[in-house]
Amino acid sequence: MSDIAPATDLAPEAARAAPPAPLDRGESLLRRHAATFLRSPSAVVGLVVLVLAVLGSLAAPWIAPQNPYDLTQLDIMDNMLAPGERLAGGTVAYLGTDNQGRDMLSAILYGLRISLGVAAAATIIASIVGASVGVLAAYVGGRVESFVMRVVDLQLSFPAILVALVLLAVFGRGIDKVILALVVVKWAYYARTVRGSALVEKRREYIEAARCLALPRWRVVFRHLLPNCLPPLIVVATVQVANAIALESTLSFLGVGVPVTEPSLGMLIATGYQYLLSGKYWISTFPGVALVVVIVAINLVGDRLRDVLNPRLSK
Amino acid sequence: MLVYLIRRLSQSLLVVAVMATLVFLAVYAVGNPVDILANPDADQQERAAITARLGLDRPLYEQFGVFIWNALHGDLGRSFVYNAPAVDVILERLPATMELALVGLVFSILIGIPLGVLAGLKPESWFGRTIMSGSILGFSLPNFWIGLMLILLFAVELKLLPASGRGPTASVLGFKTAMFTWEGLKHLILPAVTLALYKAALVVRVAQAGTREVMLQDYIRFARAKGLSPLRIVGVHVLKNMMIPVVTVLGLELGSMIAFAVVTESVFAYPGMGKLLIDSINRLDRPIIVAYLMMTVVIFVVINLVVDLLYAAIDPRVRLSDAKG
Repeated sequence: MSDIAPATDLAPEAARAAPPAPLDRGESLLRRHAATFLRSPSAVVGLVVLVLAVLGSLAAPWIAPQNPYDLTQLDIMDNMLAPGERLAGGTVAYLGTDNQGRDMLSAILYGLRISLGVAAAATIIASIVGASVGVLAAYVGGRVESFVMRVVDLQLSFPAILVALVLLAVFGRGIDKVILALVVVKWAYYARTVRGSALVEKRREYIEAARCLALPRWRVVFRHLLPNCLPPLIVVATVQVANAIALESTLSFLGVGVPVTEPSLGMLIATGYQYLLSGKYWISTFPGVALVVVIVAINLVGDRLRDVLNPRLSK
Repeated sequence: MLVYLIRRLSQSLLVVAVMATLVFLAVYAVGNPVDILANPDADQQERAAITARLGLDRPLYEQFGVFIWNALHGDLGRSFVYNAPAVDVILERLPATMELALVGLVFSILIGIPLGVLAGLKPESWFGRTIMSGSILGFSLPNFWIGLMLILLFAVELKLLPASGRGPTASVLGFKTAMFTWEGLKHLILPAVTLALYKAALVVRVAQAGTREVMLQDYIRFARAKGLSPLRIVGVHVLKNMMIPVVTVLGLELGSMIAFAVVTESVFAYPGMGKLLIDSINRLDRPIIVAYLMMTVVIFVVINLVVDLLYAAIDPRVRLSDAKG
């Protein structure tokens, strides 16, 4: 959704800061980055929340009060219970139940699993595709580069939500199809980001040195050039995970995303939407809160990562 | 300028042609087009009639010719839900969406500029920081959820505003619009605010950066030295100079507002183009989807073209570098 957010987020003060201090003995770059990261309380909170959300979604089968997909565990008499009421089985539904008697807490944990999984898979695949295309375009240059960048520009001139919507209208519903649609709409961001940094890096001496060693081309591109283009990619990818979660939930809300049998958070919100007007707020609200908390946490982490990984900003 | 105009125009036509080809391939080459374009309940005779009308028994390149020929004549297929030409069905919904986008645009300016200027004047203060953090939320939170929460608050709990639909329309200058009836405005407020929030967040960021930059300029110091009131300095000197990037962003984002309207209209059951698209996807009314796609491509290409041409008119460097390259 935040199609142009990354561009506007570049603070003007980033340009004029001192070069980074040399590393002390025994101090690794990773450790220094970690220390810088930890200096921001909000980023640490974001990271903790994010780790908890990932752990909670991974451990859902063991910690959730019930398996919301297992129809034998559901009792239709439990439907639409308000938060805090008891299920027929005796467990307390702290977040209420939905129209089929599913405990909302369990549904949220399982839904989080799908939302996070889809977003992570889509981001990883899209960044691999985008980074490869971007780094090759920058290294090869010439007509290939201008063609690739034209395609990227063309794609970015259409809003992601619309492209994904149309793709899913053609493909039909399904988790794999949602991932594919997200990859198709997102790869261009990574291609542009990586190409930008690769254009700078490819003029550096180490690339020249690698070329003088007569290393094969793929090796120069993927082992020497690409690793040095990764920091900006990591920042963009982190924020784009949040973006992918929001996009997936929107698509599922509109009814073209994940199938009804495997509800993500967006799908849960869509289910609850029908009951919102009759005052049964919990079915929509709690999955929404979970969604928002995760998105905000990822953004906090991504924001801090941008500061940490931007060499021009470090003191 | 003429060279630039011709270059840019031919580029736009190329984009439309490429998209038309992609849409054609998606509909005609993948799967049987009769299945896609005919009503699922159609009998053998109807299917034969469609096959003949679209020339589906002829080779692919001839079919492509027929598709382009029909599209150029404004025929993008017939909706089987409404039993009317798809283009007409969409155009009928266009005013509602435009109205929503327009009111949303006004809201995003009204929300974004004051907050952005305030944050830019005092970037280190608590409210400056709060506004900027809030703008990150505006970007990253899913739009439909914000809409739902607004419904919950203003329609369900407070019962101040209607939750869905479009109010009664009145005829103004030949257009049917709901903007000039009280009931219509009440129906517009929630969807328009939902649609506006993302853009408002964008405007806040651009306005904040612009204000910070302008405040450092010598003419602001001079205006202060002249003893002008702070209100006048901000209202005239700052506002005028920071508006250029804001206007650029607003122009560029007009197209994405139409796209976002898909989500907003679905949440508020607002009868515009976007809701029509979602309904058509769910009802498998594919001619509408094809027509919507082609029309949106054209709208986007036109918006991009106009923005680029305006740029070139304002900034000579753009057209010079492009004319050479």
